[in-house]
Amino acid sequence: MRAGNEIKRSAAASIWFMFLTFPIMVIKVNTVTQTVEWRWANMLWVGIGAFFLSMLWRYLLMQREMGGKREIGDKPGIIQTIAANRRFSIPVLTGLGVFILVFPHLFSMYQTSIMISALIYVMLGLGLNIVVGLAGLLDLGYVAFFAVGAYSFALLNLNFGVTFWVALPLGGLLGGVSGIILGYPVLRLRGDYLAIVTLGFGEIIRLVLENWSEFSHGPSGIANIPKPTLFGIELSLDQETVYLFYILVLLVIFTIFVINRLQDSRIGRAWIALKDDEIACQAMGIDKAKTKLRAFALGATWAGMGGVIFAAKTTFVNPASFTIWESIIILCTVVLGGMGSILGVISGSLLLILLPEYLRDFGQFRMITFGSVLVLMMVFRPGGMVENVRRTYTFKRKMETR
Amino acid sequence: MKKILDVSNLTMDFGGLRAIDNLDISIHEGEIAALIGPNGAGKTTFFNCITGIYKPTGGDILISPRGRSQRINGLKPNLVTKKGLARTFQNIRLFSSMTVLENVMIGCHPVTKAGVLGAIFRGAGTRAEERFIAERSYALLEKIGLESFANELAVNLPYGAQRRLEIARAMATDPFLLLLDEPAAGMNPQETRTLDDLIIRIRDEDKISILLIEHDMKLVMSLSDNIHVVDYGKKIAEGTPEEIRNNDLVIKAYLGEEIDA
Repeated sequence: MRAGNEIKRSAAASIWFMFLTFPIMVIKVNTVTQTVEWRWANMLWVGIGAFFLSMLWRYLLMQREMGGKREIGDKPGIIQTIAANRRFSIPVLTGLGVFILVFPHLFSMYQTSIMISALIYVMLGLGLNIVVGLAGLLDLGYVAFFAVGAYSFALLNLNFGVTFWVALPLGGLLGGVSGIILGYPVLRLRGDYLAIVTLGFGEIIRLVLENWSEFSHGPSGIANIPKPTLFGIELSLDQETVYLFYILVLLVIFTIFVINRLQDSRIGRAWIALKDDEIACQAMGIDKAKTKLRAFALGATWAGMGGVIFAAKTTFVNPASFTIWESIIILCTVVLGGMGSILGVISGSLLLILLPEYLRDFGQFRMITFGSVLVLMMVFRPGGMVENVRRTYTFKRKMETR
Repeated sequence: MKKILDVSNLTMDFGGLRAIDNLDISIHEGEIAALIGPNGAGKTTFFNCITGIYKPTGGDILISPRGRSQRINGLKPNLVTKKGLARTFQNIRLFSSMTVLENVMIGCHPVTKAGVLGAIFRGAGTRAEERFIAERSYALLEKIGLESFANELAVNLPYGAQRRLEIARAMATDPFLLLLDEPAAGMNPQETRTLDDLIIRIRDEDKISILLIEHDMKLVMSLSDNIHVVDYGKKIAEGTPEEIRNNDLVIKAYLGEEIDA
């Protein structure tokens, strides 16, 4: 009964696809000889292909439904188990650490450079994770804070000769301040409304940078931003890249450390409570305004620092690097990786930034593949690659292990 | 007995609709009071006015937890909670992505103070506070009998347990008065008996006074020291269960009037 139904639906889907693709797959107009070529065989292939893909799709969906929701006492996933067990996590972490240490020496400068971009996105993703993943505030203008960080380094250096190491905390600070400036007027907003306002804010920053030429040098941007210095030692171009890579690794570790501590703290719990239910959250004595502002400010601080590093890496900033597309990519890394999950956001960022790079050989199909991966992920793992698992507590008293 | 909550002339208008009309209600220390009335009488609106979710159009809300009386009209909900009025919700509002224990830990927010820097550096003070929060929350879970589910997600609990968890969460804020909005709604008779017992223990052991909205008359009559009846936003009766049972106005409000044919 069920199988017959499935076949019927798949057949319908394949007919629909044959109809849809008819103009491009079957009709071919030869403009030179002014004749129309009817490629009926193509239609057959489309039909068969659509039928089997549809069957596969339905089968996977069915599997997913059978899997159902987690019940009480369900075992967490493999990744969580490894992360929780010290016997596994210590060797894995050590291996990863060694790999990261030798990475720039093992691979080419091109690879290191790509990895630097990916790590910048890891930092941005983890920062946005505070705002979106923990506090549940949908921020579509996150790139604005990234721009604030990048431009603060560029401008402070241009006008006052400020170096990287001074600019890094300053960029973070300025990012945080702009986070509060944006956060204040949008305190009352939630969900879609908040998304639209933050989207607008992101565009405002970009447009200001583009048009206020006396301040930001307009669309031509600012060039010759210095790379970070190492106690005044002269570094070659390659060494500079490697050095930046290590700085970034340290910063990512610092970010992970901070966010890990935050998410299981009083403040982190307040963020999650705010995401889950605003009214109940206030009824528990949590100041909504303060909690939201903290999330915005902290998230923006990381974007600001990321911006400083970005400016140092490219040695050139212009408004074209800070379009809405960047915000969306960063948001995708958070959603795809797993909202609120540090491990998830890291893997999400790496996948999303590295995948298009390595897919360059596919040329035109690059973005299609990218888009399909996103859609499939959202259908089959809506919680992200690594779902967030709440901390468990144990008590010495009669707490029984279940 | 001294009054710990004294609401006088409370009025709440939504546009042209008067949901609460010059309502006077007082709660005394150590009392279990009930607020009853037909559907749409304004009971939950009353709770929302007191707890700061709505800003009342008129009237006074005075609390006097420790002798000093203060007006809390129009205070934000989080500040009302800090002053010692905690509530549960008619439609359960637990934090769905958190565990049972963490839900109660959230309730400890007003009695603790670690900030962002404290969380990042996790000094001795913050660590002690975290331990305090966890221990306190676990003790509350033991009180409501859910300690073995501490690390489960709150949404996975059975319905009755979710209602009890809401009570524990509200108690974690260290209130002097607990406002329960239909705590027995959707419970089976056995769960209701457990609840009955729990509410009395909260009053006797934790010295927290209780005001509850409830439709389960058996529960209301057995628990309450004092019952307030509202209809169309007005108070129509007040008294002991015995008095309310025999009040003509109350019977009329619930059952309607006889029409002479």
